[in-house]
Amino acid sequence: MADVSLQTTPRARSGRRNLRLWLPLAWISTLVLAAVLAPLIAPHDPLYQDLFLERLPPFFMAGTEPGYWLGTDSLGRDVLSRVIYGTRIALCVSLIAATATCLVGSTLGLLAGFFGGWWDRVISRLIEIWMAFPPVLFAVLLVAVMGTGLTSVIVAIALIDWTRFARVIRAETMVQAQMDYVDSAQIGGARRLTTLVSEILPNVLPSIVALLMLEMGIAVIVEAILSFVNLSLSSDVATWGSMIAEGRNAIHFAWWVLLFPLIALFLTVLSFSQLGEGLKQRFDPVLQ
Amino acid sequence: MFLRTVLSRLLTTLVTLFGVAVVVFVLVRVAPGNPIAMMLPPGASEDDIAQLTALYGFDKSLVEQFFIWIGGVVQGDFGTSITLRQPVSDLVLARLPATLELSFFALLIAVAIGGVAAVIGARRRGSPTEAAVDLTSGAVLSIPDFLWGLLFVLLFGVLWPVLSISGRLDPRLEFDFLTNFVALEGLLRGRFDVAGSAFSHMLMPALSLALPLAALIAQLLKQNLKEVLIQDYTTLSRVRGFSETQVILRDAMRNAALPTLTLVGVQFTFLIGGTVIVERLFAYGGLGNMAIDAVINRDLPLIQGIVLLFAALFVAINMLVDLSYTLLNPRLRHG
Repeated sequence: MADVSLQTTPRARSGRRNLRLWLPLAWISTLVLAAVLAPLIAPHDPLYQDLFLERLPPFFMAGTEPGYWLGTDSLGRDVLSRVIYGTRIALCVSLIAATATCLVGSTLGLLAGFFGGWWDRVISRLIEIWMAFPPVLFAVLLVAVMGTGLTSVIVAIALIDWTRFARVIRAETMVQAQMDYVDSAQIGGARRLTTLVSEILPNVLPSIVALLMLEMGIAVIVEAILSFVNLSLSSDVATWGSMIAEGRNAIHFAWWVLLFPLIALFLTVLSFSQLGEGLKQRFDPVLQ
Repeated sequence: MFLRTVLSRLLTTLVTLFGVAVVVFVLVRVAPGNPIAMMLPPGASEDDIAQLTALYGFDKSLVEQFFIWIGGVVQGDFGTSITLRQPVSDLVLARLPATLELSFFALLIAVAIGGVAAVIGARRRGSPTEAAVDLTSGAVLSIPDFLWGLLFVLLFGVLWPVLSISGRLDPRLEFDFLTNFVALEGLLRGRFDVAGSAFSHMLMPALSLALPLAALIAQLLKQNLKEVLIQDYTTLSRVRGFSETQVILRDAMRNAALPTLTLVGVQFTFLIGGTVIVERLFAYGGLGNMAIDAVINRDLPLIQGIVLLFAALFVAINMLVDLSYTLLNPRLRHG
């Protein structure tokens, strides 16, 4: 009864772990390909409005038009082409915003965790204040202040979500800073900052990478939320978020406009978080 | 000892709230767009503009404005909404019950689903059932409330329309309640038509908010239960003839629940933060929905009031969780 969990063989476990890495990687590679090759593979212009072809249903329903696999929206734009072009904004936001968030948050976390004292007091207080804001309201407020546009969305994400990195990395750095190898580096005459970068950073890197993956998924969602309240990009760019907003408004006439970008978002968010978990397990020496 | 913990926590809480007030005030004031110009009809005279600017205090320096505002807040005066022309405190207090009912209903659902899943997973540890609980909770956890909400709108609002996808109540209902806690007061007064309508409107938004938290509770509580279940005193219960489920519910739960509690407290504040967009999605008449309108309309006093109220709610919950943890954990109580 006691240790039944040992029944899973190591091979079965590593197989499952690999699947956990490969399935998300496959989906994200598909997205990257779709974003790069969008003009070649999209059957239609994502912005072209054909009012004679409005609200066409997807291929498995009656009354479709050949060439419009996933139907059209209320303005007669092709849903499939818009989902394909939407990958460009989604990947762009997730990559840039998550990297910026990661840089800000991890740096502050490392500084607070390693140097302690005033560094830690100030940064911890900032984290506490930031955590008292409802994040969505904070994002909406920031974008309203900075004006709509891709840059505002990215800056808003970095300004809000850095606490996610800072909290975790601060705690992990504090644990690492107690270790003997840090002392021996110090006795060896290394400068404090050198020790932080060359000794501690490599050891907290698995966590940073896992959080970075998670943040990439979150960034896509935040862009969608901001589009949903009409604060992200102008309507002449195809994004999953703007499709979702239009789909929500036209839900009783053309639910497929909501369904397909929603599926894309689900798979993307799930992939990034599973990838993060999988990578963390693979690189974490303790879990291996 | 306990009193000193309370006082020092109270002090840090006030500092945090003050910080939030500064941040939101600065943010709102650097926002472009003149709210005064938006209030007046086109062609208003210079005099009218100056008068209104003075009325809202926008002619004073930023620091002065900040301290006038904070001075009012301390006395319970949050200023007057620019778009709705009513005291911010009245507006916010009228909406708060809707958000609180939604949040606590969601918390209840999360604890119920997460608790049951954790007990099942711990009961069948090492079996495919536990693996299924792990896999499902892992996937559910990574999908945020916004996406769950959209999915439910699609599923139960359109494809299989069994629930209403917008509003808080059936508008045809007639009733005269003392408070705005319509679900709670409906239950207490026996007006089950009102309460039923409120709950059926809350079900989808509450479930969207609850699912990620339920998954987290399932994972954490299961882990804690498993750790307790290898200890000697649970073996003793088994020897005395209690079934595994009884051992879990009678003996293990009490010790496994405590570490879960701290985390649920923090996560509950995330859940409340999620109401902002979920209320928008379901056109639910709560604080979050009003907050987004306030930002779009540049209603500065209203934005400030709502953000501060949310912040107060968050830090209050965190404080209560910390204190209850101290109270419930004998090691810390006598430490």
